[in-house]
Amino acid sequence: MAEYRTHEYDVLIIGAGGAGLRAAIEASGHGARVGVVSKSLLGKAHTVMAEGGVAAALANVDERDGWRVHFADTMRGGQYLNNWRMAELHAREAPERVRELEAWGALFDRTDDGRILQRNFGGHAYPRLAHVGDRTGLEMIRTLQDHGIHQGMSVHMECTVTRLLTDGARVAGAFAYDRERGRFLVFRAGAVVLATGGFGKAYRITSNSWEYTGDGQTLAYDTGADLLDMEFVQFHPTGMVWPPSVRGILVTEGVRGEGGVLRNSAGRRFMFDDIPELYKGQTADSEEEGWRYCTGDPTARRPPELLTRDHVARCILREVAEGRGSPHGGAFLDISWIGEKMANHEEHIRRKLPGMYHQFKELAEIDITKEPMEVGPTTHYAMGGVRVDPETQMSTVAGLFAAGECAAGLHGANRLGGNSLSDLIVFGKRAGEYAARFAKEHGPGTFDPAAAEAAEREALAPFHREAANGENPYQVQYDLQEMMQDRVGIIRHAEKLQSALEALEQLRERAGRALAPGSREYNAGWHTALDLHNLLTVSEAVTRAALLRQESRGAQSRDDYRGKDPEWGKLNLVVRKEAGGAMEVERIPTRPLPDELAKIIEEMG
Amino acid sequence: MMAQATFRIWRGNSGGGELQDFTLDVSEGMVVLDAVHRIQAEQAPDLAVRWNCKAGKCGSCSAEVNGMPKLMCMTRLSSLPMERPVTIHPMKAFPVMKDLVCDVSWNYEVKKRIPPFRPRAPDAPDGTWRMDQRDVDRVMEFRKCIECYLCQDVCHVLREHHKHDEFIGPRFLVYAAALEMHPLDEGTRARLLWEEGGIGYCNITKCCTAVCPEGIHITDNAIIPLKERVVDEVFDPISRALRVLTGRRGAAT
Ligand SMILES: Cc1cc2nc3c(=O)[nH]c(=O)nc-3n(C[C@H](O)[C@H](O)[C@H](O)COP(=O)(O)OP(=O)(O)OC[C@H]3O[C@@H](n4cnc5c(N)ncnc54)[C@H](O)[C@@H]3O)c2cc1C
Ligand code: SF4
Ligand code: SF4
Ligand code: FES
Repeated sequence: MAEYRTHEYDVLIIGAGGAGLRAAIEASGHGARVGVVSKSLLGKAHTVMAEGGVAAALANVDERDGWRVHFADTMRGGQYLNNWRMAELHAREAPERVRELEAWGALFDRTDDGRILQRNFGGHAYPRLAHVGDRTGLEMIRTLQDHGIHQGMSVHMECTVTRLLTDGARVAGAFAYDRERGRFLVFRAGAVVLATGGFGKAYRITSNSWEYTGDGQTLAYDTGADLLDMEFVQFHPTGMVWPPSVRGILVTEGVRGEGGVLRNSAGRRFMFDDIPELYKGQTADSEEEGWRYCTGDPTARRPPELLTRDHVARCILREVAEGRGSPHGGAFLDISWIGEKMANHEEHIRRKLPGMYHQFKELAEIDITKEPMEVGPTTHYAMGGVRVDPETQMSTVAGLFAAGECAAGLHGANRLGGNSLSDLIVFGKRAGEYAARFAKEHGPGTFDPAAAEAAEREALAPFHREAANGENPYQVQYDLQEMMQDRVGIIRHAEKLQSALEALEQLRERAGRALAPGSREYNAGWHTALDLHNLLTVSEAVTRAALLRQESRGAQSRDDYRGKDPEWGKLNLVVRKEAGGAMEVERIPTRPLPDELAKIIEEMG
Repeated sequence: MMAQATFRIWRGNSGGGELQDFTLDVSEGMVVLDAVHRIQAEQAPDLAVRWNCKAGKCGSCSAEVNGMPKLMCMTRLSSLPMERPVTIHPMKAFPVMKDLVCDVSWNYEVKKRIPPFRPRAPDAPDGTWRMDQRDVDRVMEFRKCIECYLCQDVCHVLREHHKHDEFIGPRFLVYAAALEMHPLDEGTRARLLWEEGGIGYCNITKCCTAVCPEGIHITDNAIIPLKERVVDEVFDPISRALRVLTGRRGAAT
């Protein structure tokens, strides 16, 4: 057998974002030996980019808030396809997880009486997002990173897992390569936690970084685990649209939470034109009421700009389609108008949204305190992912856990802003705890050395392919992104989805010819070639699930099946690998809500 | 705007390397990182570069652009003299790994040595604290740090004198300041900053402040107050009195 550098841990955590780090801290706390691997340097994961805040019903700003309201908001936002038990645990535990961050050194903005301040966000009934200006993610990841390094975990940075290793039906470790040298490593572990984030890189216009290639979902799928809700891909309504090189970079929802409004080319504030039935009672009647809400008036209802993301994204697309878009194909998002209401609005905006101010100033030469921004939808978040048990976060493969964006269930058909950062800490903690327990109970597994050798051969394949009909991996990736953007994007249609499946087959064939010239050291082309398998797997899962779900709900909009179908409202979709290797999609009924929770939803109307 | 431009990129590894020219079409709004990505996709697939957010938030894409430490994703081509080649070089204060990527692992080791946050007992029976926004704001400045290590790169103590064993560098003085001035923290780090952190090496040239992409006033707001703490806590009260009398600041060197 080939010799690999081998590390042994009780719990191996793949991913060093909020979910992975929180899991690592918890598993260490339970006495497990913990190893963490991440594709990037420590502290650079997606969590660092999160801006607006972390949702937790602390009720510091509005006493009417509480876990029940947060639960109901989350279920409504997810169009009732959420796993209700996850939504319940999330709403109940988020406040404690946020307070714990403060005890570890995180500093949030304060209320007048010195408690954690909370801000408005789409779909949340009351101001609920604990935040630090618009760099909440940085505060969170740094706190977890700095606290975590003193808890005894070992970190393997710039190290990429390409395969999980199994022992019969349970997981036993992982195979990885280190980016710096291109050498292979083997991790033996009693339990593995996937915390690898999402897959926005399957699309061309995205707020996601190079890391978001669906690795965790694919690792799980290839190991026989179930994926859930893959059709629900969130398109955030406000990404930058100009200049072209920054297209897709996120503009935080915090802008709208602070009073930013959306207008079309005629200057019309179009969000009042179409308010969904589900939200009529909670939405402001007039611009005046909307503004009062943004300034914290408890008697006012939220402005329509703060409706859920799927809805806002569709409204912007409608304006563009009907010829009322902004010059570069988006809409105008204006926060400078609050100058009409506020004497020192420029300073206020710079203090509340320093990152956005900086971002537009540097990248688009626009001063957002004086001019509107141009924005449009961008691929942002994967509601779908690894199917997990709500209490333990264990997947359908024994010893394999998942948390954070790479897991599914909490958000249903559409995620509310701020509910991801809270997801990471609530379920990151749970995953770490139960993974440590599993490892203790079951001890380390053993795997067949041949599996590691096969993983090595597979990883090295891009170096050995024939140059004659070779493909440039960047080009294959680009073509995949274009194709997904065009055919499996915001508005879907059976014919297009069908043609996407055919295109995916061709792309898979091309990916099999992708070349990696050069040495194994820090070779971006090689990495891109390896990522293709993952991107293709998640893309196929999204497409197949989107094709099967014949309705429009949450983040899934079908041109050929407009509107919600009550029957589909009781079904989740599970994607798994058949024995023969083909991908199958299965409908499973949602679990009925227990009376007590159903009553909460009723009461919150 | 569509024009041709030349990028002169350092290519090599720990064994050595050289500048290599790439010519490509550039268009409106492009930043240096876009150019590097295009070169990677079309001309040099194995070119090594770090990046994550492309929005100045993660601190991954640090390099020296025309000799200045910069985030490549926040450096617009329109801010550079494009009639000349744009030179892109990896940071010089750290060992190079390959092309534009250096080994910054030393920074992670340094951080581990700094005693962590130690909060005072909670203020309220429910285990929470009360803090004033003003007190929080003072530390927020330091907590904005994205760990790009550009300040470490430019500091002559590390860059020219290679005192990595004796001096933690501006980033970690900022980090220490964030802990020391945290409204809840009760730890003390002054002696350590003097004895192991080498704060005495800093002679307040402010080069670090000049390159910080987050606009942190590293010297004025972090290092000078820390130096004062060192004087207060490490040295005898006489030097403290002297400092007060003569009005000298940052006298620890
Ligand atoms: C610009 C932006 C703004 C956002 N703002 C908000 C907000 O205000 N509020 C909110 O709630 N949410 C927000 N989100 C969403 C939220 O940030 C993410 O969903 C969340 O951070 C995901 O965290 P995670 O821990 O699951 O994954 P990440 O933080 O992305 O971490 C994934 C980790 O996995 C590693 N990894 C991946 N694949 C592999 C592999 N094969 N081998 C080894 N390691 C691997 C990566 O290196 C990384 O360390 C925002 C997202 C973006 C992009
Ligand atoms: S001010 Fe001090 S830390 Fe900053 S660059 Fe100069 S010597 Fe280095
Ligand atoms: S202090 Fe500034 S320059 Fe130094 S690492 Fe932090 S952000 Fe970068
Ligand atoms: S890529 Fe994140 S700072 Fe440049």
